Amino acid sequence: MMTRALAIAWILVGLAAALPAAPASAERLIVSVSNHRVTVTPNYSGEELVLFGSVEKDADTPANRASYDLVVTIIGPRADMVTRRKERRFGIWINADYRQFLQVPSYLAVFANRPLDDVAAAEVQRRQQLGLNNMILTQRVGPDYADVVPNDPFRSAFVRLRRESGLYREDTSAVTFLTPTLFRTGIPLPAAVPIGTYEVEIKLFSNGMFIAKTESAFEIVKVGFEQFVATNARQNGFIYGLITTAMALMSGWMASIVFAKD
Amino acid sequence: MRPRVQIYLPIADLPVNIFLILAMGAAVGFVSGMFGIGGGFLMTPLLIFVGIAPAVAVASVASHIAASSFSGAIAYWRRRAIDPALAGVLLCGGIIGTALGVSTFTLMRSLGQLDLMIALSYVALLTTVGGVMAWEGLRAMLRTRRGVVIPARRSGSHGWIHGLPLKMRFKRSKIYLSVIPVVVIGIFIGFLGAVMGIGGGFILVPLMIYLLRVPTSTVIGTSMVLTLVTMLFATVLHAITNHLVDAVLALILMAGGVTGAQFGARAGARIRGEQLRLLLGLLILAVGIRFAVELVLRPEDLFTIRETGVTE
Repeated sequence: MMTRALAIAWILVGLAAALPAAPASAERLIVSVSNHRVTVTPNYSGEELVLFGSVEKDADTPANRASYDLVVTIIGPRADMVTRRKERRFGIWINADYRQFLQVPSYLAVFANRPLDDVAAAEVQRRQQLGLNNMILTQRVGPDYADVVPNDPFRSAFVRLRRESGLYREDTSAVTFLTPTLFRTGIPLPAAVPIGTYEVEIKLFSNGMFIAKTESAFEIVKVGFEQFVATNARQNGFIYGLITTAMALMSGWMASIVFAKD
Repeated sequence: MRPRVQIYLPIADLPVNIFLILAMGAAVGFVSGMFGIGGGFLMTPLLIFVGIAPAVAVASVASHIAASSFSGAIAYWRRRAIDPALAGVLLCGGIIGTALGVSTFTLMRSLGQLDLMIALSYVALLTTVGGVMAWEGLRAMLRTRRGVVIPARRSGSHGWIHGLPLKMRFKRSKIYLSVIPVVVIGIFIGFLGAVMGIGGGFILVPLMIYLLRVPTSTVIGTSMVLTLVTMLFATVLHAITNHLVDAVLALILMAGGVTGAQFGARAGARIRGEQLRLLLGLLILAVGIRFAVELVLRPEDLFTIRETGVTE
């Protein structure tokens, strides 16, 4: 009995001793998003959320922590997508080759307070999936599932097109430190923002070392008539079709009454 | 991008300027009223050029055409300018054709070649029909200018079409005709309508006049009935299979379209027939060439992305 209790005690002591080596205990991140539930209405034309936070130091924080670096990654709802490439065949441009992207974020934003190469070494960036180039975007290539090198033509075209539509972004000057420990960043949401749950991952670095991370989330919901339409189009296709045809007949009939005689 | 005039299209998943779409509806309505056609062959390309996905454009325009052809059909019905028997036989083919068209549409969409198919169909159909119409109109104009009297249609000259079996009497049109070519034409128009988002009136009317020898008194009214029913059917099928019918878009188009059509009809009454045909031919030809250029030129971006399924 005694020996077992002693063993557990020793393990606990060992863990406690090991903890300072894992730097996560020294600082804590506290963050908040300005709005946890964004509602998209028919005249929605984009919005910007604000993420606020502070770095809480405690007694274990080494004194030499002069400055912090912060990388915020926002990952929207995941979806399967296909990227197609046009080729010239018989004189016209047609879709020829394609790649399937499996469960990739429909929205992806990476914000930092300075260039990622200054925040951490390439190896750390890769391990922590910092930046669009290091995010894992799984492709199906024939029977295989894999991510490919960042300069793969399909992958880079995919990222480029998503960036052009404002759904993927990388801005390494978006995070600003108001005080050495208080930070904020804007999260721009374009008009065509996909609905669903958005995960926010905030990672703290100092001197190129990963120190702490925390997570938050917000939700984008579409409300109002247009969402009602979209939901029903998807779920009750038959009734939706009938109502649309009824609408067509009504407006045609009304037109024939209004303009009956001139 | 002023937020006040932007409206979000739920299915096209895109904010658009409501006045732009209304104006497009009205402009196409004007043209369709002027020439007595549905205008789908103009509406669908315009929507595509504005940035709406071809698939959504095709599916949504179907209901817009149904609305305008319904108001037209009511007017022709009052004037007893519809042949119910002929319309019924055409519809048998039309329904089959529409079902075939929607399933082809779904298949091509899953293969990623839908946009190509839509573009190719437009090029093929519009350049031939537009070319022939413009040429015919031009020749007719030259003839009248030279004072040549156009020989009246030779009644009693029967082509091979009239030798086919399964003949039926269509009383109101006063023709005695095999049902086979009628059904085949119905299938053809129904298929094209579902795949291309057009009513097909601009092909159907010439086919009925030249091939079936349907008199001009009943030809437009009867063709409108076919357009109406196939487009209604196509709307429902597209809604069930592909969920691509944008009711908000369709409603704006209908509002603009039916209004524009009334003014177009008045304007059309003042222009002579052959000039009208030449104009319409050139218009159709221009849209066809626009699609052809798009296919031949190297696209600005070789890559496209499409979502295949959201899992949430």
